[in-house]
Formats: sequence, structure tokens, C-alpha cells
Amino acid sequence: MPELTTPISDEDIRSLKAGDTVYLNGIIVTGRDAAHKFMIEHFIKQPVQADETDLYNDLKKLLDGGVIYHCGPVVKTHEDGSYSFVAAGPTTSIREEVYQADVIRHFNLKGVIGKGGMGGKTLQACQDQPAVYLHAIGGAASFIAQSVKEVLGVYKLEFGVPEAMWVIRVENFPVVVTMDSHGTSLHATIEAQSKEKLAELIG
Amino acid sequence: MDYKSLDLTDQFVELIRRAATQLPQDMRQALRQARGQEAPGSAAEGALDTILLNVDIAEKNSTPICQDTGTPIFEIHYPVGVSTRKLADQIRQAAAIATQRNYLRPNAVDTITGKNSGDNTGEDFPTMHFHEWDEESIHVDLLLKGGGCENVSTQYKLPDASLGAGRDLEGVRRVVLDAVYQAQGKGCGPAVLGVAIGGDRGSGYLKSKQQLFRPLEDVNPDPQLAELEQRIFEEANQLGIGPMGFGGNTTALGVKIAAQHRLPASYFVSVAYMCWANRRASMDIQLNDDGVEVSYA
Repeated sequence: MPELTTPISDEDIRSLKAGDTVYLNGIIVTGRDAAHKFMIEHFIKQPVQADETDLYNDLKKLLDGGVIYHCGPVVKTHEDGSYSFVAAGPTTSIREEVYQADVIRHFNLKGVIGKGGMGGKTLQACQDQPAVYLHAIGGAASFIAQSVKEVLGVYKLEFGVPEAMWVIRVENFPVVVTMDSHGTSLHATIEAQSKEKLAELIG
Repeated sequence: MDYKSLDLTDQFVELIRRAATQLPQDMRQALRQARGQEAPGSAAEGALDTILLNVDIAEKNSTPICQDTGTPIFEIHYPVGVSTRKLADQIRQAAAIATQRNYLRPNAVDTITGKNSGDNTGEDFPTMHFHEWDEESIHVDLLLKGGGCENVSTQYKLPDASLGAGRDLEGVRRVVLDAVYQAQGKGCGPAVLGVAIGGDRGSGYLKSKQQLFRPLEDVNPDPQLAELEQRIFEEANQLGIGPMGFGGNTTALGVKIAAQHRLPASYFVSVAYMCWANRRASMDIQLNDDGVEVSYA
């Protein structure tokens, strides 16, 4: 099985096709509804404010060639103040459709991990950037948590544990490419096929 | 026993732990069977392999099956004389303890301020429904209903011209299949579909969720509904959406339908879409003179 390690090169992204299973390694960042809204409103739609420059610069480094994971984990806090992930499956990605393309372009993201797939705007950004959408197995939270080897830090914990941006190191995190950088979306294909079948069943 | 001293907080914590970390046997069996029906090497087969592995790991480590531990929905049957107010307090306390122990993710967010309460308690959270009965024991059913599948749950108002759905069971069949199509992979299928026909918008949604407590193998006592359940089950699986929406033969693991009386003017079909992680657990509490005796299922 092919492996990907962050930061990921354009060449590696272009070699991926919808339907491929890949194992992801390296440092990635979780981000879901609150994080995407925040990044758009504070970093992309307006100049970065002085008191948020450090956060912005950190994220710029982490996300350049990097991967965002749509995930709201269950996190254990240890006595020494360190963290570990207890359960960490993907959340539904389509809610970030309004933000994702701009975030991919602004930060030079190479991948987005989530579940359920995304829409046309994100697919276009994947083609242009290039980048890919990686589908993790929804609900497989205890299993995926075993791929999270280390929690390196957390930003915006004030959003709450699920919505914070957790910086994690993963090993052999299994994902399926469902939207590639060549304009193919497995989600669009399945939707079209099931639509035809539905028409047969209720036509 | 003196019901006034009854404190079931510990038992509620254990019930939550079981629901969050141990998938019911009928669901496991259905997932294993589904795995055998997918093409070797397919993404669908891979997804089901991962799901089954995850179920084993969660049980072994006592960690949540899914990080979205959902809305905890409690259905409590209790004898005359037990204080439901006290039981409700104990459930809330148990939810907070279960959160501390990482069986539950902090999942209750203030809708106005956006602040997470941090302990799974809040306005109308967790959900609880109390039912007085004639038994001398307490029975509690718990369902953890995740947000992804809740977002694709839906309600139709018949007739629905766009789907050719009239006010009859054929109309019900059409809209439920449409709900499965609309959900695609976003609700973490393969799904269990709880369906309520009739009622009003509120009672219909509640009834549809309550169908998810039914074991997969049970047969609807109403032969017409039993037939409809079977037909929708088979046809949903012909849609080809598959596990996670990857395509494949398994889109639904079960369909459970109930009917309610309705107003002459209304004909609602409420569809509770439940992800493969249909996390339900129950407990029976025998109230003896010298204390309580608990059994979990």
C-alpha cells in the first residue's frame, strides 16, 4: 500500500487516484466547524491582527504541504498536563464546504481528511492546488486513535475539546482517496449511480 | 425498599460506559454478515474490516467506539413511588462522571454562546423520557445517537409530488428510499433506519428514534409493516451506496417502522437514520429490601 508523509509534494498528490487506499504519516492538524470559520474570518478575509500573528505563523508552517483532519476527538489529559487521543474518527466534511477551498489555497494544504466527501468547490481547489480529499472510516474512533502516536500541542482550546485545533503525529493512518486532483470524485459517481437506481425503484 | 435513598449514579455510569464502548451483538453479527457480501479487495470490504476491528479495540480498551458519543437518550421505566427528579439528577451526574473518564466526549454546546459545558449536561441534555409502570423494578434503555447521522435524519410530509408519494404505505416506501439516497455516505452507513408514520412533527421524530432500540432480528407484529420493513431493507441495499458511501452491497442493516395516529390534515413520515455504531445498552434494577440488584444487557 502506498504511504504519504507530511509535508507532501505536488508530485505525490498528482499520482493519487480516487479509490486508492493510502497510509498517512507525519504531523497533521485537526480542525472542524469552529476552526474553519475562525481561519476564514481572522486570517483569510482580513489582515492578521497583531495578537494573533504567532498563531497564524505557527499554522502557516504546520499546514504548508500539510493536512487538516476534520475530527473532534476524545482527549485524555494526563497528570503532567500532556494529552493523548482516546477516540478520533472523522466528522462529516460537507459542513466545511463553504470554507475549505479558500483554506486549501491560502495555506497550501495538500490534503483534507474527513468523511462523507465534499462538493464541487473543494474538488476544484483540489485540482488547482493540487490537493486530495482523504476519507477515513467514520466511527472507527478507537482504531484511528491508535494511529495517533503523539499530541504535540493544541490551539484554540477555548473552542472546546472537539472544536480545538490539535497538532498530532500519526503513523499508518489508513485513508481512502475519494476526491483526487484530476477532478474525479467517488462521491459524485456513487451519487449519480444511486440516483439512477432510485429512479428505477420509485419511478 | 425505601425509594428515597435510591442512588443509581454508579449504575448509570456503567450503563453509559457499556453503550459507548460495546456494540450490541446483533449489530456486530449484521456487520460481519455484511462484510461477507462485499467484493474482495473493495473499499466497502476494507471499511467493514476497519469497523469490525475498531469494535473489538473499543471493547478491549474500554474506549468509545466513535468519538462522537452523541446525544445520550435515556428511556426509563420506573415503579410508582420513585422520584424521577432524583433519577434525572443522578443521570446528569453520571454523564459528567462518564465524561471525566473519557467514555463520553464533552458534547453539550450552548447554542447562544457556543461554549461547551464540558460535562455533557445542559439545557435538555441528556435527553430523558420517564414512563411509570406496574413492575416493582426499574428498566433503563440508553441510545447514543451521533450527530453525523442525526444531521441526515429527516421528515417528509405526504403527499410529496416530487417523489410521487401519496398518503399510503407505497408513499412511505418512496420517501424512506429517498432519505437513504439523500444521506449518501454522510450518515456513516450502513444504517439502521427508524421510521415513524403519522404523529405530529415532534412525536413522529421521537417515535422514529425509539424504533432504534428494537433488536435487528425482531419482526414487526403488524404484518403490513413487517412486509414494508423487509421491502425497504432490500431496496435500500440495491441503491449501491455502500459502507461509508464507498459503493457496495450494504447500505442498510435494518429497517424498523412504527405507526402513530395522526391528524386528518397531516401525514408525516419521520426517518431516524442511525449510523452503523448503533450504540444501545439497557439495564434492569431489582429493588430489594437490602439494596439493588443490577443486570446489564
